[in-house]
Amino acid sequence: MTFRIGPRTSQIIAYTILLLMTVIVVVVLFFIIFYILRNGVGQLTLEFLTDKTREMGKEGGILPSILGTIFITVFAILIATPLGVGSAVYLVEYTRGGMIRRIISFGADCLAGVPSIIFGLFGFIFFVITMNLGWSIVSGGLTLAVMIIPTIIRTAEEAIKSVPHSYREISYSLGGGKLDTIIRVVLPTALPGILTGIILGIGRAVGETAAVIFTAGSSLGLPTSVFSSTRTLAVHFYILAREGISMPKAYGTAAVLIIIILAINFIAYRLMHRFIARYY
Amino acid sequence: MIVRTANLSLYYHKFQALKNVNVGIKRNLITGIIGPSGCGKSTLLRVFNRMNELIEGARITGSVLIDEEDIYSPTHDLILLRKRVGMVFQRPNAFPLSIFDNIAYGPRVWNISDRKTLQEIVERSLHAVDLFDDLKDRLNDSALLLSAEKQQRLCIARLLAVEPEILLMDEPCSALDPIATGKIEELMIELKKKYTIVIVTHNMQQAARIADDVGFMLLGELVEFDTAKKVFTDPRDKRTFDYISGRFG
Repeated sequence: MTFRIGPRTSQIIAYTILLLMTVIVVVVLFFIIFYILRNGVGQLTLEFLTDKTREMGKEGGILPSILGTIFITVFAILIATPLGVGSAVYLVEYTRGGMIRRIISFGADCLAGVPSIIFGLFGFIFFVITMNLGWSIVSGGLTLAVMIIPTIIRTAEEAIKSVPHSYREISYSLGGGKLDTIIRVVLPTALPGILTGIILGIGRAVGETAAVIFTAGSSLGLPTSVFSSTRTLAVHFYILAREGISMPKAYGTAAVLIIIILAINFIAYRLMHRFIARYY
Repeated sequence: MIVRTANLSLYYHKFQALKNVNVGIKRNLITGIIGPSGCGKSTLLRVFNRMNELIEGARITGSVLIDEEDIYSPTHDLILLRKRVGMVFQRPNAFPLSIFDNIAYGPRVWNISDRKTLQEIVERSLHAVDLFDDLKDRLNDSALLLSAEKQQRLCIARLLAVEPEILLMDEPCSALDPIATGKIEELMIELKKKYTIVIVTHNMQQAARIADDVGFMLLGELVEFDTAKKVFTDPRDKRTFDYISGRFG
């Protein structure tokens, strides 16, 4: 007599294993967030958020790093979004799915997987030195833009491709030109998908350390112009922890970083839902 | 005669989809094109607003004249042609926009942005398809929430908003139930007072009910073209007779 597992038993086993996997992932994720917040939340006073950094971060707050993070990220997104979305539109609407498009898509996929420190090195050599922009918000923003463009291109490309062909046909049949069709039909319909790419980009930019430390520097002063060197939250956190300046402040900074990222995702999620819920 | 083709042939790469078609569409009549699937009737329809150009490898020989002007001549304005010759598709395909924005789409493409003018156009178009009373308080709702029949009406309203002269309808009732189909047919008969309508249908009863002229197509060839009465009661060609009496197709 051979021992066999009946279909019902195998169902239960499969279900249990899958559930267990999900539980592990969720628990680990929540543990990390909980751990950082538990160690960091005690630091979160109004003073910590609004004060200048003193004594290399041992005292004072993190206002310069908050501003630095915002400026660099906004700069990167402002550059990367039009370039990324524009390229995606070109790839989908103006190349007929041929060799060029496949090569560019493949290239974008490869670039998206390149370690950020490589982008940092490139940014350092090209933006900081060759273009003589120095360690600055501009250099950091441009480097991050280069880094997140592939992600934006690929997500926007998929979103634009998934716009039903019939929408384009109707638009043409009503006398719409190619540009009308893209601006009035294709992009609005693809917007949720495009936004997803931008949000992924923001997430990557906000949390980036290696690429920024090479290109924006780690200056602690309040930025006065786009050519100021600055220190983002991630870099500040890294230096505080790595050089043993102040672990409590490091956790406080990490907590702020996590809260910002959670907030961005939450807002984006709500926004996207509102867009979609409006007409579907 | 508002539309006329002369020795029209159409190829997709090497495949010949239309063979030497000579057809004349008369103003303010409903012309029905019937025939089995794949006979080229939709292709013929799409020749009239040059939608077939969106398909790679399509090219035509012969000529297509609207008001005796060759619409395939290089100097002919494609965008204006598409404004004059509008199209209703098989599936009700409203944009995922509000009812108002759906109808205002065409006028906006034509650079009408004044809110009051747009409002007038939207109301006039909805009146023309008999949807106004139904929808007047819901203009900002999503068009996708409407039933299939109302969506198809809305698509016709969206088309009328750009003030075309010729309406091409590609099996406009194939996604609708019989009652909805009847209502759309009534609408078409109403619309022919102002517009010239060409309808492709696989439904012979439909063609018999609403069409004034009927063309029968088979394998890319226009086998017969005459008044509906003549085609359905006394066809000249044996193939037409076989088709309308249900021998094939």
